[in-house]
Amino acid sequence: MSIENLKSYDPFAEADDDSGQTKQTQEYIHIRIQQRNGRKTLTTVQGIPAKFDHKKILKVVKKDFACNGTIISDTESKGMGEVIQLQGDQRLKIKEFLTNKEEGLGLDEKTIKVHGF
Amino acid sequence: MASPNDDTKETAMSHTPPPGAEADGGDLDLSLMKKKKKKVKKDDDDAAEEAPAPADGEEAIDLTMKKKKKKKVVKEEDEFAKKLEALKLEGKEGEEGAAGGAAAAPAELSEQDGDMEKGTGIWQHDEVKTITYEPLLSRFFALLAQKNPDHATSGTRSYKIPPPQCLREGNKKTIFANIAEICKRMKRTDEHVTSYLFAELGTTGSVDGSRRLVIKGKFQQKQIENVLRTYIIEYVTCKTCRSPNTELSKGENRLYFITCNSCGSRRSVQAIKTGFSAQVGKRRKMQG
Ligand SMILES: [Zn+2]
Repeated sequence: MSIENLKSYDPFAEADDDSGQTKQTQEYIHIRIQQRNGRKTLTTVQGIPAKFDHKKILKVVKKDFACNGTIISDTESKGMGEVIQLQGDQRLKIKEFLTNKEEGLGLDEKTIKVHGF
Repeated sequence: MASPNDDTKETAMSHTPPPGAEADGGDLDLSLMKKKKKKVKKDDDDAAEEAPAPADGEEAIDLTMKKKKKKKVVKEEDEFAKKLEALKLEGKEGEEGAAGGAAAAPAELSEQDGDMEKGTGIWQHDEVKTITYEPLLSRFFALLAQKNPDHATSGTRSYKIPPPQCLREGNKKTIFANIAEICKRMKRTDEHVTSYLFAELGTTGSVDGSRRLVIKGKFQQKQIENVLRTYIIEYVTCKTCRSPNTELSKGENRLYFITCNSCGSRRSVQAIKTGFSAQVGKRRKMQG
């Protein structure tokens, strides 16, 4: 699958992105895990740059990881930006997706922080 | 012999011990897992020499060392042994070593005969032949590893904290019993460590009457240990000298600083942020 179209941005828009969203773009992408009932867990991904289409990412990721997921809007996350929430512990997989240059977003590993146990 | 080598001729002459023996002498400060391996090694060499180190429960984990590193140490030792082996071979057979530069001049290299440990060939005390870079470099690392077995892993190595004691309370809660003791050892407040634990584990909890931490959710000792490890890296060890003897203080304008008691360096650290936390359990929003 060509994931090239996930990057629905034009390169000149990036500068504006930065200035408008300093709190997000300069910050890390946080991958967290939370326990639910029993053995179930949730993975949340906070801080994926706004230049990426979160909906498209979710769609691809859900299929790839065979898990359900949802997008928490900025208002729902109380101003922490759009958060992608996935069922299960998808931390390693989503990190790989975020950093993979061919099949993912090709982000710098240094901008990603994986939390949890 | 050329002057730069003067102070080392003694070592070149002396029959240096094999790598196995030297690994025993230097007190490698490893945790249980590694100790076992070490013991096995010891058995090979000299079983009676030393009583096995007491498995002190308190000192069981070395939190500052990652598993990978432990493996690496073993590997390094192996590589070192291999290197020595290779060196011997090189000496005996006068074969071309490995480097491209050396391969360009095989004739010259073949003259670099000799056993460093036995002090023969080019390593002879009264040898006047110029020793090329490659064997000198190998010799340097061989000696370095021999004389300072714990050089590569010095620093944070000896820092140990007691392993976290985790008890299950009911089906949904975990008690971290010795948090006070661990915090004392790390010189951090319970509150700071607690908020870090909660943020990382994506949960909440409370402190009970005997200062034990009650964490919501099921967590194994291993998992708590991992979080403590990252806490130590982030909030305890000095990034400059790796000493864990540091102080966390609230500096000017709400920034937190870690000041090292060993080297005096100071760095700012991020405040602990919970970040986004998903709504788990009951869907309060729907009800409200
Ligand atoms: Zn220091």
